[in-house]
Amino acid sequence: MAVEAGRSSSPSTFFEEVIANTPGGEALRLCLQCGTCGGSCPSGDDMDHTPRQIFAMVQANMKDRVLRSNTPWYCVSCYYCVERCPQEIPITDLMYTLKRMAIAEGLYADSDAPDWSQTFIGMVEQFGRSYELGLATRYHLTHHPLGKIGLGSFALDMLRRDRLALTPSPIKSIGQLRTILNKAKELEGAR
Amino acid sequence: MRYAYYPGCSLERSAASYHVSAMAVADKLGLVFQELEDWNCCGATEYFAINKLAAYSLVARNLALVPKDLSELAAPCSACYVNLKKTNKHMVKYPRLAEQINQALMAGGLGYNPGRVQVRHLLDIIVNDVGYETIEQSVVKPLRGLRVAPYYGCLIVRPGNGFDNAEYPMSMDRLLRALGAEVVDYPLKAQCCGGHMTQISDKVAYELIRRLLQNAAEYHADLIACTCPMCQLNLDAYQGNVNRHFGTDYRIPILYFTQLMALAFGLSAKEAGLGSEIVSAQPALAKIDVDMPKQEEEKKAKPRASKEALPMPAMPDEEA
Amino acid sequence: MMSVKIGVYVCHCGTNIAGKVDVEEVACWAANLPNVVVSRDYKFMCSSLGQELIENDIKEKGLDRIVVASCSPHMHERTFRGACSRAGLNPYLYEMANIREHDSWIHEDRQAATEKAKALVSAAVHRVVYQEPLEPMKAKINPATLVVGGGVAGIQAALEIAEAGYHVYLVEREPSIGGHMAQLDKTFPTLDCSACILTPKMFDAGNHRNITLLSYSEVESVDGYVGNFSVTIRKKARYLKEELCTGCGVCSEKCPKRVIDDVFEAGLGYRKAIYRPFPQAVPKYPVIDVKNCIYFERGKCKACQMFCPTGAIDFDQKDEMVTVEVGNVILATGYDLSDPRQIPQYGYGRLANVFTSLEFERLVNAAGPTSGKIVLRDGVTTPQSVAIVHCVGSRDKNYHEYCSKICCMYSLKFAHLLHERLPEAEVYNFYIDMRTPGKGYEEFYHRLLHEGTHFVRGRVAEITDAARQPGEEGKLIVQAEDTLVGSQRRIPVDMVILSPAIQARHDAPEFAHLFGISCSHDDWFIEKHPKLDPVATMTDGIFIAGCAQGPKDIPDSVVQGAAAAARVLGLITQGEVELEPVRAIINEEYCSGCRICNNMCPYSAIDFIEALGVSRVNPALCKGCGTCVAACPSGVITGAHFTNDQIMAEIEGILVSVAA
Repeated sequence: MAVEAGRSSSPSTFFEEVIANTPGGEALRLCLQCGTCGGSCPSGDDMDHTPRQIFAMVQANMKDRVLRSNTPWYCVSCYYCVERCPQEIPITDLMYTLKRMAIAEGLYADSDAPDWSQTFIGMVEQFGRSYELGLATRYHLTHHPLGKIGLGSFALDMLRRDRLALTPSPIKSIGQLRTILNKAKELEGAR
Repeated sequence: MRYAYYPGCSLERSAASYHVSAMAVADKLGLVFQELEDWNCCGATEYFAINKLAAYSLVARNLALVPKDLSELAAPCSACYVNLKKTNKHMVKYPRLAEQINQALMAGGLGYNPGRVQVRHLLDIIVNDVGYETIEQSVVKPLRGLRVAPYYGCLIVRPGNGFDNAEYPMSMDRLLRALGAEVVDYPLKAQCCGGHMTQISDKVAYELIRRLLQNAAEYHADLIACTCPMCQLNLDAYQGNVNRHFGTDYRIPILYFTQLMALAFGLSAKEAGLGSEIVSAQPALAKIDVDMPKQEEEKKAKPRASKEALPMPAMPDEEA
Repeated sequence: MMSVKIGVYVCHCGTNIAGKVDVEEVACWAANLPNVVVSRDYKFMCSSLGQELIENDIKEKGLDRIVVASCSPHMHERTFRGACSRAGLNPYLYEMANIREHDSWIHEDRQAATEKAKALVSAAVHRVVYQEPLEPMKAKINPATLVVGGGVAGIQAALEIAEAGYHVYLVEREPSIGGHMAQLDKTFPTLDCSACILTPKMFDAGNHRNITLLSYSEVESVDGYVGNFSVTIRKKARYLKEELCTGCGVCSEKCPKRVIDDVFEAGLGYRKAIYRPFPQAVPKYPVIDVKNCIYFERGKCKACQMFCPTGAIDFDQKDEMVTVEVGNVILATGYDLSDPRQIPQYGYGRLANVFTSLEFERLVNAAGPTSGKIVLRDGVTTPQSVAIVHCVGSRDKNYHEYCSKICCMYSLKFAHLLHERLPEAEVYNFYIDMRTPGKGYEEFYHRLLHEGTHFVRGRVAEITDAARQPGEEGKLIVQAEDTLVGSQRRIPVDMVILSPAIQARHDAPEFAHLFGISCSHDDWFIEKHPKLDPVATMTDGIFIAGCAQGPKDIPDSVVQGAAAAARVLGLITQGEVELEPVRAIINEEYCSGCRICNNMCPYSAIDFIEALGVSRVNPALCKGCGTCVAACPSGVITGAHFTNDQIMAEIEGILVSVAA
């Protein structure tokens, strides 16, 4: 039975809110804290909390700690957890929900990752396609530019091999795309 | 066989070699790929972090752009593939979500009937619609002597219900074998390359990349074949940084499986999109330019079991 | 319609019904229904006082129809039928209206619930007028019993019945009885040697004067009904004459063809093409594996025949079909171990030193392929570190959602055996929960804690040979989140033992169909009631026992075997059994012989009488489901106790009440 996210009755707790905002999120109620997600995560070692711990905290409605954790931002979307979870919980999608909530509440501690995503979609909304050079320059110049010396050589390599476009290539119907996205944001905000 | 084609942003420039080689191979195999008119970025792994409905709608616009006379959409990039497939699947599974997405699309004069289009990865189309036999027959320059590590990455096989096993896929292994290459049994074949982690945390990203390179080197692979522009970028363009960070000296070229197919089909280096790799493929590919003495049928090398050894359970025949 | 005198009794059931339904009002209202002579309400109709109310009214007021509005027939139909019988009224002149499960328990609105109760009572009152007195059929019980499956549950059942003095046919698919228990080394929590406690029972079962052992045999077809089953069994050819075979074993010794034994040795050892599955096999006769025998392949060899001192080998032997007549059947066919090759991230089949639990049992067994030496797949190296992985394919929606019940305990057992045989080895158990509910089980767990086992609470994510850092090279790395510590751990070991889920036999559904019973979603045989009747099935005369009914350990298998035997003995001593008269009857005068009903019957209860060109229902097999009644295009099949008149009247009763 496919359970829908986003019901009309507003969720009463943080746990309910997370579930309501994730397609298939109801399955989170079945979490047995087995640890398979934490065990499978390639970036698990570097997270403040393992994915499993995050869900324990979500179930305990520890909103502040969860949204301040760097865990969702270190999720690489590899879906190992989703594939192996014995309760078929849509873990990666839950991580996306936590990312969105962290941004909405301004609670994320790691300032880099959300900004990266924001900058990326800024490019997409401007041009309809991703524009790597623009993305990279805008992002890296505002986030410890000196620490990213390594990327300089990377950029040079890419330019030399003609793998980096110097100018963006916008789509024709960018207006149509923006209309669609705005409508979507309106609908999302109304919930 | 005609398919709608969604190249994705990377194939325009940073992964142009994937596009070039894919088209050359498609031509050889009689596959027709019709690029979607004015497609937009799929949002990669970024948009869902910001706004759920907008992210779905961004992808759905592309599904809506698939011409009415085509029902299959080919995506060569694994991230685009997952986004398209997931959006499609969720629209079928969650009618209310589909309703909202269509409302957004309608504002732009578009609409999409959930599930009308079948989203397929380029690898899926090649191994399943064309078939290993046809591929083998099209080989004029077998890649004999080339040890290839087949690297699938994560998004091509996960989340599951795809066309290959989510933990231990074999379709590219078999494809490469059909091209005559010696395929390395690469245990990390479906591990994640880190995706966009290079922009978030060097430490995490480089470690993920290092693991893959280390494992391939341990198995003496001449090169790594991949199916996704992100993986190629991470393993190739950042290999230098990884070496500097860890003090290692990996020099493993990273090529797309379509490039190897193009070479095996006797196409030129240009048609195979060679030359844009950061880590040069020249030394590895030199192996197959040499006139190798024809070796007898490479039997899957089984270590000779000693008298005391206990029997192993049989695995499904990989040569089948 | 002849006039009848109906008594209506509306039960309060404490507050279960009265809490929602105004039972007094219903009883009052019902008094005005046609043919109703008396209408009462009472607190607990099923109590002896409640039943006496009915009995007295029947005797004093001459009632000839009874309606009780209370709970579900599953609960108390028998109770009230009993009350009628005691008062001299045919029990089938009684009808029940369920105003609890169908009304008070599922509705919120008191007024609506009361109106519904009235409608249900009205329906029953209208229906009962058309009910006829029926007599149950009696079937004699054949005192012989068939037990299918020679594992510990089947052996126990067979011995109990045989000891009571009745005959048992024990059928076993493999060449020897013993089942999975015969493969085990030690059993938890007592650490009894499995073969030592099982073989005496095996011997008894094989030699009991009341047991006919049909080993290397399979059931082909089943006919009949409770008390009177006719079962055809295929005795597969062993290719030797049992009367001449002394069990000396020379044939196996001389046989040149060695193959992997993937049944008894779990694929870890070898056997010959002519073989006895294990030394204590019962019966002792070997068997020729036709698929691997050189003679059957290409007509050469015949070494066994040449060397057999008694000339017992007979290559021309054929399968023999045997038909037995029995009164009851006990199905104790056991389980299969699931295949962890389906779970690629655990590496079984690719990584040499990953073993399954059954493989390890054979490894550690003194009579096993390594004579009990714990070694790696190379047959030589002793492991210095071993990981035992719980919950492989169990408690997992991707494979089996259920818990396999026995693995925590046998995983602890393995840890103990490792500590015993390899005192220097490090042993790790990776688990989600530690399930040790039985007698002495928790204490066994404590013993393992004493012995220095490393317990990691975390479901293993993957097992790999891809080393990341120096200490991991050449090892198998078990990666899991240690949830109690809160971080991911990679633990390098030499050997990994997986505890895979146990699952129903691969052919369980087809097998169940032979006997007319059903399987659950997970293919375990379905019991009559999961709490109160775990060894009976919905098919009278067919009982189930052991793991075939669901995962369980040896004590519980033995208990179920004995329980099934007790039920069978109960029926045998009664000598005959009553069959419900609720069944279909075909009017042969009007039957056109179209035979549509024949294949529709889920109980295969309809025979076609060639001579008369009509179909006929076997009343003993018929369960009164009504499928044929509905399917008959000529409408000539009647469902006794569910006739068209009765059903129409019931519908009318509702409509009349609603319209009022």
